[in-house]
Amino acid sequence: MQMNRRINIWRNLDWLTVIVWLVLLIIGWISIYSAVYDDAHSSIFDTSQRYGKQLIWMIAAVVIAFSVILTDNKLFLFFSYFFYGFTILLLIAVLFFGTEVNSSQSWFQFGGIQIQPAEFAKLATALALAQFLSNTKRKIHDPKVLVNTSFIILLPVMLILLQPDVGSSLVFFSFLLVLYREGLTGWVLFFFILFCVLSVLALLMNEINMLALLVLTSFAAIVTVLRNAKLTIRGLLIFAAVAGIVILFFRLAGTDIIVDLQLVIAAAAASLVLFIISAIGRISNAPLVLGFLFTAIIYTYSVDYVFDNVLMPHQRSRINIVLGFEDDPLGQSYNINQSKIAIGSGGLTGRGFLQGTQTKFNFVPEQSTDFIFCTIGEEWGFTGSLVLLALFVLLLLRLLYIAERQRSSYARIYGYSVIAIFFTHLVVNIGMTIGVVPVIGIPLPFISYGGSSLWAFTIMLFILLRFDAARMEFLR
Amino acid sequence: MKDHFSDRKYIIGAMIMLPVLFFIIRLFILQVLDPSYQLSASSNVLRNVTQYPSRGLIYDRTGELLVYNEPAYDLMVVPAQLAPFDTAEFCSILEIDKEYVDTEIARAREYSRFRSSVFLKQISALTYAVLQEKMYKFPGFYVQPRTLRKYPKDIAAHILGYVGEVDRRMIEENPGYVMGDYIGITGVEKTYEEELSGEKGVSRFLVDVHNRVMGSYQDGRFDAPAVVGNDITLSLDASLQAYGEKLMQNKIGSIVAIEPSTGEILSLVSTPTYHPELLVGRVRTRNFRQLSSDTLNPLFNRALMAHYPAGSTFKIVNGLIALQEGIIDDVTSQTCPGHYTVGRLTIRCRHHVTPVAMAAAIQVSCNTYFCHIFRDLLDHPKYGSVTAGFNVWRDHVRSFGLGERLDADFPNELRGFVPPATYYDRFYGENRWRSLQVVSLALGQGELSVTPIQMANITAAIANRGFYITPHILKDVANSDIDPEFREKKYTTIDSIWFEPVIEGMYRAVHGPDGGTARIAQVQGLDICGKTGTAENPHGDDHSVFLAFAPRNNPQIAIAVYVENAGFGATMAAPIASLMIEKYLNGEIAGNRKWLEQRMLEADFINRLVADADEQEN
Repeated sequence: MQMNRRINIWRNLDWLTVIVWLVLLIIGWISIYSAVYDDAHSSIFDTSQRYGKQLIWMIAAVVIAFSVILTDNKLFLFFSYFFYGFTILLLIAVLFFGTEVNSSQSWFQFGGIQIQPAEFAKLATALALAQFLSNTKRKIHDPKVLVNTSFIILLPVMLILLQPDVGSSLVFFSFLLVLYREGLTGWVLFFFILFCVLSVLALLMNEINMLALLVLTSFAAIVTVLRNAKLTIRGLLIFAAVAGIVILFFRLAGTDIIVDLQLVIAAAAASLVLFIISAIGRISNAPLVLGFLFTAIIYTYSVDYVFDNVLMPHQRSRINIVLGFEDDPLGQSYNINQSKIAIGSGGLTGRGFLQGTQTKFNFVPEQSTDFIFCTIGEEWGFTGSLVLLALFVLLLLRLLYIAERQRSSYARIYGYSVIAIFFTHLVVNIGMTIGVVPVIGIPLPFISYGGSSLWAFTIMLFILLRFDAARMEFLR
Repeated sequence: MKDHFSDRKYIIGAMIMLPVLFFIIRLFILQVLDPSYQLSASSNVLRNVTQYPSRGLIYDRTGELLVYNEPAYDLMVVPAQLAPFDTAEFCSILEIDKEYVDTEIARAREYSRFRSSVFLKQISALTYAVLQEKMYKFPGFYVQPRTLRKYPKDIAAHILGYVGEVDRRMIEENPGYVMGDYIGITGVEKTYEEELSGEKGVSRFLVDVHNRVMGSYQDGRFDAPAVVGNDITLSLDASLQAYGEKLMQNKIGSIVAIEPSTGEILSLVSTPTYHPELLVGRVRTRNFRQLSSDTLNPLFNRALMAHYPAGSTFKIVNGLIALQEGIIDDVTSQTCPGHYTVGRLTIRCRHHVTPVAMAAAIQVSCNTYFCHIFRDLLDHPKYGSVTAGFNVWRDHVRSFGLGERLDADFPNELRGFVPPATYYDRFYGENRWRSLQVVSLALGQGELSVTPIQMANITAAIANRGFYITPHILKDVANSDIDPEFREKKYTTIDSIWFEPVIEGMYRAVHGPDGGTARIAQVQGLDICGKTGTAENPHGDDHSVFLAFAPRNNPQIAIAVYVENAGFGATMAAPIASLMIEKYLNGEIAGNRKWLEQRMLEADFINRLVADADEQEN
């Protein structure tokens, strides 16, 4: 009987995912080799170098993956809370006994091995969240459930912020995606993403562009809530007409208001007219949109205001570092620039393996960890970047498919957690290297150098695969 | 499927696809459409220029400068940054041929595409000036300032050693070095490499496609200044060393002089020697080849590496052991019929007063006396067997630092040889040999072999009445302390009371009223105590040996002199040692001894021996 069950597990294992996982590991290994290549240690198996060490981490990861598959999946269920509690203790302990690296205290040092509890906290939180929400009696909009859910997510965030490791703590907000899938109103997710975008943009852009962006966003929102093709076209025409009239007015009046502001005022006026019309037409969501517009404007200005007047100088500089300003002796965002130059110089097909000069000559910082994508972009070009992104999309969509085919809500919720975490890492990491996201130091899953993150991601993935392999026998 | 939000999977799927699509578009613009990044990349050439620290200076004990540095320029190449250039012009500036350019670039490429290799070493300041103006035409090349060793005094080549480029083996052992770095290869330069070398620094520059430096990389955030090496002061007395080298000219051999109370080496001469300048810079390889093919082997440091018999000087040690073991006391006397005969074996002795006790036996270097006490020691019933007695003797001998490296601060020191009992077991069979078979050890001959520094150390131990401090050449180093090992007294197994009769004998050997072996070494007012030796040399004429220290009370200098193939100890070694002592203690040679100095300077054993000189190694 025992034998039988084992065979079923191996047969039911989602091998496509396993293969994609292995391919990503190997790409990561080769990229690290290329990123920190050193003539004096040219063997990729040289364990005194990062690539040799990564190989050891990889072999360990395969062993870990095996062990996870061989573990009874009820064990994860049973120990969800226990594991969560244990990780919380580790996060507290690291504040007192951790090793300080780059002015944040987030590592345990055991001999030659460094363990970063924050990496494992994501996994623990995913398990605990799945355990908590899978209880059928709990409805997500019950305030009590909401409070408890927030607590499960925010407790590790707080502890990680104390280290401080802003990058890792931000990842936890990706659990909103899971809550959304489990029924949380879309507005929360929408506002969250929007405020993230606004916060970053408010600090990166000047106010006028910002305002224009807001107005256009709200216009788009209004158009969306009209939910009717005829109305939408009519709305657009009204918008264009009002905006045109305002601009014409400015032209004729010959004011000395700068053009940017003229456009903003025109768009604002058009939005207002549109809003009034939709209010008269009793279109229900319009007041909400207007409320959003004003909240967003106030928020945008308050970000700047709080940043300039309320925060202490060292807090400001910390945020500046997060946003890649302070790290920047050459005036503009130096790291991002070098990273973009490295990627951009790859061209269509890349410079070839080990031929990248930008990464070789240390123009790019952290090239084997957070900026590993630079090496891929430079040496394998657009083609290589496309292949890598395709692999990640394949992985994520496959995981989506797997999550959806689970019969137990526990496994599904957990699956979405994995998707959300991988997705956030992918978007933030690659976005950072090509200069569309501020510099937030989080690794690219399976590719970046480092044992902790590799193992944590592997365990995360294989627990899901373990649930998936047993989905037929596992009902709850 | 009981959940009502299953449709949201499409929205989530779209949310995943959307940023990825955005990234792909962005990457397409960045990598394929926009050529400006490729342009930036090509102008984004980084050059790491190593800042070589100047090596620490070396002074003698009186503060005289022995080694300093002189600037030099190396032309470096980074193969990955090379672009086609005008080879003809390049060659004419540097006065090299095209073949050289090709082979060197190929060699550099083989070493590393991304790291710099030395292309041409030590170009002159003039060439450097011309080249500097044309550098923009030769991307991938740059000039690296270096320093070379300079020796204001043409002495002490063996002590100072030389500096050379690291080889692959050294890099593997010590990853802090890279190809082209200089490292101490022998002598003090090697022993104190860590102190002298300092720390390399690095400056990173941005260089454009035209090989022009555009500024420092990231405002010098990654630059590290070079830390100059620490200066060191040697215990060497430069004028004594120079004098010793002069006395030893045209002779093969060695002088080692030590300050007994501290173990500091005052002089360490090995001749023939060479000019230290010969092993500096571009000429080094050629000169090195020449020096190493010289049959007199000038690169060989005889003071530390030559194995000689101890000769009669070793009688002092045997006397001390016999006294310590209670075989005799200082008044036990022995008649000498002019030879020592047992069965068919006869060892001849000189004519001298008889009978002799310890002091007189040393004074006249009586072979009979020392054969007797040595055999009495080995055969003494209290040990149970000859082997046991031999081992007692051997332990005493080894306590003087024989048969082992002294661990002086020199590389390549040899250990000499004090034969173990098993050595004779192999020849004669276990317990099959008697004291008679090894009696030549009584006279410092036989299988025993020593190095000059070991002999000087024995002399220091006697001068100190029972202890020595490991001989060392380092006196002081800036910013750190000298090895505590060099402050520690190492006691021999002989009690201090037994030294007086032996020292009395050494005093009388030099000053003796009725015949001493080394009366030529007498210097008015210096109370020199000494012992001659004539080390029998199976390959040719005997070596002349002399050990001495002075003054008798509170000794300032202990010295050992070996002159190869020069015959009796009193002929060459004793006069040279006495001149050295006189020079050191009085600062000059008294008028009534100038003739002796002159005779020593003129003595020539090399040209006489050139024919079989290569036989003299042993």
